[in-house]
Amino acid sequence: MAIKKFVVGNFTDEEVLFPAVKRVRSAGYKIHDVYTPFPIHGLDTALGLRQTSLHTAGFIYGITGTTTALCGISWVFDVDWLMNIGGKPHIPLPAMIPITFELTVLFAAVGMVYTFCWLCQIAPGVKKHVFNPRSTDDTFTMVIECTEHTNVEEVKAFLHTVGAADINVQEAEAGWWWGTYDKEQVLYKEELA
Amino acid sequence: MSLLKYESTLREPLVDGDKDYHQVSEDICRPIEVKPRKSWYVGLSIAVLLLLFGVYSIYRDVTYGIGQWNLNRTIGWGWDITNFVWWVGIGHAGTLISAILLLFRQGWRTGVNRAAEAMTIFAVMCAGQFPIWHMGRVWIAFFVMPYPNTRGPVWPNFNSPLLWDVFAISTYFTVSLLFWYSGLLPDLATLRDRAKTKFRKSFYGIASFGWSGSTKHWQRFEALALVLAGLSAPLVLSVHTIVSMDFATSVIPGWHTQIFPPYFVAGAIFSGFAMVQTLLVITRKVLGLEDYITIGHIEAMNKVIVMTGSIVGCAYLTELFIAWYSGNPYEYAAFYKYRIAGPYVWAYWTMMTCNVISPQLFWSAKLRRNIQFTFIMSVVVNIGMWFERFVIIVTSLYRDYLPSSWSTFYRPTIWEVGFFMGTIGLFFTCYFLFAKYFPVIAVAEIKAVLKTSGENYKRGMEKLEQESVDEFIHNNVSHEHGH
Repeated sequence: MAIKKFVVGNFTDEEVLFPAVKRVRSAGYKIHDVYTPFPIHGLDTALGLRQTSLHTAGFIYGITGTTTALCGISWVFDVDWLMNIGGKPHIPLPAMIPITFELTVLFAAVGMVYTFCWLCQIAPGVKKHVFNPRSTDDTFTMVIECTEHTNVEEVKAFLHTVGAADINVQEAEAGWWWGTYDKEQVLYKEELA
Repeated sequence: MSLLKYESTLREPLVDGDKDYHQVSEDICRPIEVKPRKSWYVGLSIAVLLLLFGVYSIYRDVTYGIGQWNLNRTIGWGWDITNFVWWVGIGHAGTLISAILLLFRQGWRTGVNRAAEAMTIFAVMCAGQFPIWHMGRVWIAFFVMPYPNTRGPVWPNFNSPLLWDVFAISTYFTVSLLFWYSGLLPDLATLRDRAKTKFRKSFYGIASFGWSGSTKHWQRFEALALVLAGLSAPLVLSVHTIVSMDFATSVIPGWHTQIFPPYFVAGAIFSGFAMVQTLLVITRKVLGLEDYITIGHIEAMNKVIVMTGSIVGCAYLTELFIAWYSGNPYEYAAFYKYRIAGPYVWAYWTMMTCNVISPQLFWSAKLRRNIQFTFIMSVVVNIGMWFERFVIIVTSLYRDYLPSSWSTFYRPTIWEVGFFMGTIGLFFTCYFLFAKYFPVIAVAEIKAVLKTSGENYKRGMEKLEQESVDEFIHNNVSHEHGH
């Protein structure tokens, strides 16, 4: 993953950030990401991000749990160790419900959290480039990716007009990494040279 | 002001004082970043001492067997299962506050959910101890887990409520832990980015999983929180329902009643909220978080306490009525001869006083909003709820169907009490450490409600409410469309 160049605009208020996102996008700049200290409803839509499919994943995990429990219990009672308990039915469905329910919830929850970490590429010990340490405190940080056609000064000036309080340029590897840069990557500076 | 941020001023602010986003981080992270007070060390030491007493009690239990406890024929369950059910019940408020109130969009949960979730996890950890050590030969405790085994095959009995408990409690613990920790990630990232020392930077760096606050992350985070809440809400109800089935599927008079599941769930929420009150009243004072855990929060929880207390009261009276109405002599005897009267009469009436009569005082708004009174009540309710479980278990067991096996005397040994004290020590040790190293209030969630429910922002809403309709539409509605 290559190191890229980013123009970073910091906003102090989410009410300034919202129109700014729309204007930056309609001006044709590619917003790499917006970092906020808390979830801002509607920002994902404003950024043009698609809805997450995490719910669907959760549903599939849940169904897997249900199937595992029902199949497992019936297999134990009817195949592996056939038990006749007081002449009761071999598949005592009501008695299987509690464990089936618990396993459904367990599979769905564990699976979803794992998928969440996977999709967000977060895990214990992962380090990511922090564009602005205050974006987990009180600053809303908009990061615009530069290409070879980008005029950095122009982007900076544009960000200024849409209300960014503090603008700077950073070079960073903003993808997935375990705390070490990829040695064989082509650095942005070298790409330009 | 944006119309999106409008919230009626009839609602009390959720955050008091002049706060902005930075101030919120400052206030909540400060207790973690400064040296703890002397009272923290004193509290932790007492908790650790209790814990050690518990460890020694367990050591004796494992060495000499559970004959160390004063259980007998017919009282095969005593303090152990009483404590188990009590702790599981306490563990219910956290997920309830987090999940059910999240689904119902209750803004006031934001101030208290983190501490309550942590409490849940520690309480379930304590609860899990009792059935495990009650097995006696604890080294074969893994027998309860189903796995393709070399023992015959011998499988656990999936029809048994005690096995359902194993699944319910372990699922509940896992899901609560995931819910709590995934919610902690953004706040740990805040701590990481504020950290000054190297150790703190690396500790919170590892713990925050590399959270960056990206919009896409937040989007997934919210989806995750909502679905986990949707899963945990019925889970809370199922766990205590299953615990109640341990009793309700048996044939013991006083146990096999159909009212048990809802009655136990209400009782669990009742005692859980009481424990949240105990902890939060202390926490807000000691950590100086009165602006975030306001009287309004305390009052809201007291309202839940009076509601669930009344449900529990109703359940007690229903049990008495049905014991009489069913015409079942054993049931009648259990309630009218051995609970209302009999050698354990003091336990029954302690339960009635603490759980049914005293919470009714919370109908008075003045008392609901009184911190000292709330604190005392929270302890009273927890004592009452402990007695509820004791009454159900012991007063039903000590008089069997056969008068020849009646046992009139059961009193715990010091090691039984020691075990219980040990779990209280474990609970508070965990809570003290949590309060020192993790944010007790969800920083990001407070920020999300700050502009609608912060006191200084509400003043703006007051002005908005005084405007005439025409002015209001002109200033706000058209402005919103302009965006």
